[in-house]
Amino acid sequence: MAEPARKMEPAPAPAGDALLAVRDLHSWYGESHILHGMNFEVKKGELVTLIGRNGAGKTTTLKSIMGIVGQRKGSIAFAGQELVGLPSHRIARLGLAFCPEERGIFASLNVAENLLLPPMIRPGGMSVAEIHTLFPNLKEREKSQGTKLSGGEQQMLAIGRILRTGAEMLLLDEPTEGLAPVIIEQIGNAIRKMKEKGFTILLVEQNFRFAATVADRFYVVEHGQVIDMIPREKLEARMGDVENYLGV
Amino acid sequence: MFELLGVSPQALFGQLLLGLINGAFYAMLSLGLAVIFGMLNVVNFAHGALYMTGAFVAWLLLEFLGVGYWPALLIAPLAVAVLGIAIERTMLRWLYKLDHLYGLLLTFGLALIVEGLFRNEYGSSGQPYQIPETLQGGQNLGFMFLPNYRAWVVVASLAICLGTWYTIERTKLGAYLRAATENPALVQAFGINVPRLLTFTYAGGVALAALAGVMAAPMVNVSPQMGSSLIIIVFAVVVIGGMGSILGSIVTGFGLGVIEGLTKVFFPEASNTVIFVIMAIVLLIKPAGLFGRAA
Repeated sequence: MAEPARKMEPAPAPAGDALLAVRDLHSWYGESHILHGMNFEVKKGELVTLIGRNGAGKTTTLKSIMGIVGQRKGSIAFAGQELVGLPSHRIARLGLAFCPEERGIFASLNVAENLLLPPMIRPGGMSVAEIHTLFPNLKEREKSQGTKLSGGEQQMLAIGRILRTGAEMLLLDEPTEGLAPVIIEQIGNAIRKMKEKGFTILLVEQNFRFAATVADRFYVVEHGQVIDMIPREKLEARMGDVENYLGV
Repeated sequence: MFELLGVSPQALFGQLLLGLINGAFYAMLSLGLAVIFGMLNVVNFAHGALYMTGAFVAWLLLEFLGVGYWPALLIAPLAVAVLGIAIERTMLRWLYKLDHLYGLLLTFGLALIVEGLFRNEYGSSGQPYQIPETLQGGQNLGFMFLPNYRAWVVVASLAICLGTWYTIERTKLGAYLRAATENPALVQAFGINVPRLLTFTYAGGVALAALAGVMAAPMVNVSPQMGSSLIIIVFAVVVIGGMGSILGSIVTGFGLGVIEGLTKVFFPEASNTVIFVIMAIVLLIKPAGLFGRAA
């Protein structure tokens, strides 16, 4: 497949055509108030990255979208449908899929069972053969216990299993965490291919240099709020700000 | 050889069969307990009472409606499953996030209530239940007499146990159950209705207990306390096999039944305690149980 030309004119903050629109989102874990009015949007086909320091609320944002935090207030609209108030299995059925930071590979399931676990929610997802082409290691180790895989292979499995469900938007939480550079490159290639296939992706990433190679736009998160938005083409000019935000 | 051991073959094989029969019930009951504990984090003390309820439903069907054993094998588990759904939806559901102790106390209370209701209505002396006509009589095997009904119970319970094992370890539904046991929040975030899966699991587990109850009815008097006398041993079986292990429950159930039977032949004085002695030893050597995964 030919590499499509990179979009040159993406995104000043998108207006009404957002696939995902988060407005004044507050979230709590028990008593602790983590998100303090998040605002951001992701357009169809975009790859948007949340960056920020540890504890800023990036992971909580993804979990809030999926409905697996304690309590949510505000609005999360996905394809025009309000997610706040829905249980997480209904949210998933609308076309959202989540790859958690801890990967969430099931020890009591083998690799094939892990891959086939998430139910198909609509047609149009990738076939198992396509996923095996993307991550050949998964095919070789089909019968292994899921948690016997290496960290990199587990990450591939965690991403691979949400590609076949027909979900149109993927939430990826730190897919490169703790992985060797050669594996990170493989994950990066996979993410670019997923984007070509038309998946809309919201990525949380500590590894800014990795994120810079795949993302269209960056939202900077601090203390549970979005404090800045940087489109890819402004990135070079604003590296000073980024370093300041991330404290590097 | 039997002279050397000092026992008659009749006694040995007789007790072996009895051990297998008891083991069949240990296995079927501990299987349900293990699945329910794995998924719901609830130590289901009501299991014995629901086993008894299954037997009583069979007896009531026969006594008042003339519905016999074979239909009862289907109707009683379904009736108890419906009761299980009601219990899970209205009570257990609120306890999942709390300490195990709350589920244990609630189900223990339910067990006392259910037993009390049946005792109040039908007394504690027990009701006889006929062996179905097709399974009356037995086979003379030369070394022992094998009653047809008992042979049927051993074979049927083995089939039920293996069927349950297959469902959990080899099917898609089983994969959902295993995954949800490990990480229910993530499984739900994949689009699976985990709350409904929990209801289904509880209903399935107690239906298994009710099925065992119907199978037990022709061999014991159907009485309100038939469950509570069995359930203590079944808990020991679950502890020995390892909480949450399917194969462990089956193997341990049958194995301990046989060990108990053999103890009756060779050292009858210990037959009531042998299972608890084994439990103590297993807990000392392998606290997670013989087949359990260390937490």
